Amino acid sequence: MPTAMSTITIMLDYEFMRTAFAAAAVVALLAGPVGYFLVLRGQTFAGHALAHVGFTGATGAVLLGLSPISGLFLLTVLAGLAMGAFGEKLANRDVAIGLVLALALGIGLLFLHFFTGFATQATALLFGNILAVSRQTLVMLLVVSIACILVLAAISRPLLFVSLQPELAEAKGVKARTISTVFLVIVAVATAGAAQIVGVLLVFALMVGPAAAAQRLTLGVIAGLVISAALALAEAWGGLALAYATDWPTSFWITTLSVGVYVASLAVPKAVHR
Amino acid sequence: MTAIASPTIVFHKVSLALGGREILNNVSFNIEQGEFVGLLGANGSGKTTLLRAMLGLVPIKQGAISVFDQAPGQSQSPVGYMPQSRSNLNSFHLRGRDFVASVVNGQKFGLPWLGETARAQVDRALELVEAKELSSRALNEMSGGERQRLLLAQALVGDPKLLLLDEPLISLDPGQQRNIVALVKRLQTELKIPVIFSSHELNPLLGSIDRVLYLGKGHAEIGEVKDVITGPVLSRLYGSPIQVYEVNGRIFVMSDSIELEVDAHRHEHHHHHA
Repeated sequence: MPTAMSTITIMLDYEFMRTAFAAAAVVALLAGPVGYFLVLRGQTFAGHALAHVGFTGATGAVLLGLSPISGLFLLTVLAGLAMGAFGEKLANRDVAIGLVLALALGIGLLFLHFFTGFATQATALLFGNILAVSRQTLVMLLVVSIACILVLAAISRPLLFVSLQPELAEAKGVKARTISTVFLVIVAVATAGAAQIVGVLLVFALMVGPAAAAQRLTLGVIAGLVISAALALAEAWGGLALAYATDWPTSFWITTLSVGVYVASLAVPKAVHR
Repeated sequence: MTAIASPTIVFHKVSLALGGREILNNVSFNIEQGEFVGLLGANGSGKTTLLRAMLGLVPIKQGAISVFDQAPGQSQSPVGYMPQSRSNLNSFHLRGRDFVASVVNGQKFGLPWLGETARAQVDRALELVEAKELSSRALNEMSGGERQRLLLAQALVGDPKLLLLDEPLISLDPGQQRNIVALVKRLQTELKIPVIFSSHELNPLLGSIDRVLYLGKGHAEIGEVKDVITGPVLSRLYGSPIQVYEVNGRIFVMSDSIELEVDAHRHEHHHHHA
């Protein structure tokens, strides 16, 4: 019977598995901290909306003969900028955002319809296909993730301030609109990245699940950011390993772990809060 | 020869408008050093706008405002501001200390990581409002009065020379209201700084405030309670006949046998049922 160690060694003998683990790490380490702020700001719906718009971008790009990932990134970032520009006007427009979401998926479906024989790619976009991530995509994900982490680190203090105390932040000269827009662009990039792993429909699993659990587990900001990143990484890697062991879809395992960890975090007694 | 201290705040023939609606019309008053001023007036009479104008957040239509001999927002002396509490504070899974700490250098880029001086500032602010025991507790598990104390601590970070407090008593029960007023009174005496404390109820402030600044119909009256809270003065500010009764040290402001302050409350709590 093979030991756990040898199973891991065999698993990592495959280049596509190594690439998948690396891509999962790159995306999770961005999605965790981004998700922390998203949950704190009560903007998780925005992450969901950006993912749906990304689907339209990806399918549209394929129709134009471009790579789906380029369209995915382009349209989520544009949508992030647009959300930032509309600002508070969009804040409580659940119906408007919901309709735009539905329309985005609908248009994406139309694009698919024109591009016949596209069913596999559609499934990959909707539910992710981490095992198909190429080295080229991995390098691209690495570059944009590092850039986003650096920008997020730079704006994190004013972002925290405007999230918790918008009026006071304004009084101290924080440009709330600019900070929020930059943050939404980072969310857009993180969403597009997470869609490479778990697909546009399951972005919540990497962006929101770990962050929400982290906020149950700690009351500190820095600790929350770290735990959120660590959980996202553990869930993404755990999902990959379980998928390898069971031959079930990776996205199924990542979502299951994400929800499982969140449910478990609810059971943590208040006394453990630090 | 002793220098005569100049007033902390001077309003000279100030008119303010917000979205085309006139808020203040040709209002002049001074607030002296070390004064505790109650800012009174019905809902919508412009209390918040007046405070925001002192911070330089509202453009001055006519006249001039000076704060420590400078234009609002330009003063070198730090101004502590406590915005009206928002209901979403109870959604933050965050310890009290991190909430207070978010204002320290919140306008500067970087990670929300506190150095030694910053930590000392937060400790001092928490001590001043007697909230040491709140520092490790979760914001979403605190009472309204406890959250108000943390908001007050935020206003005190950075050793302000003037405190502007917007409705610290809102949605607090009478006991908590007394505690907050006593706390602010103690801070004002201890720190020897002027405080402007807005409220739509006068009675909790009686005996603590030095003067009252009453807003109504774009006009303002400032003076001691006995000189301002009178039938003739308030009738002018409300533009309708007002009677003032004093019973057992409490003051009741009535218009046609309806108590105005109580009515203001009622209006606020019930208007979403309409």
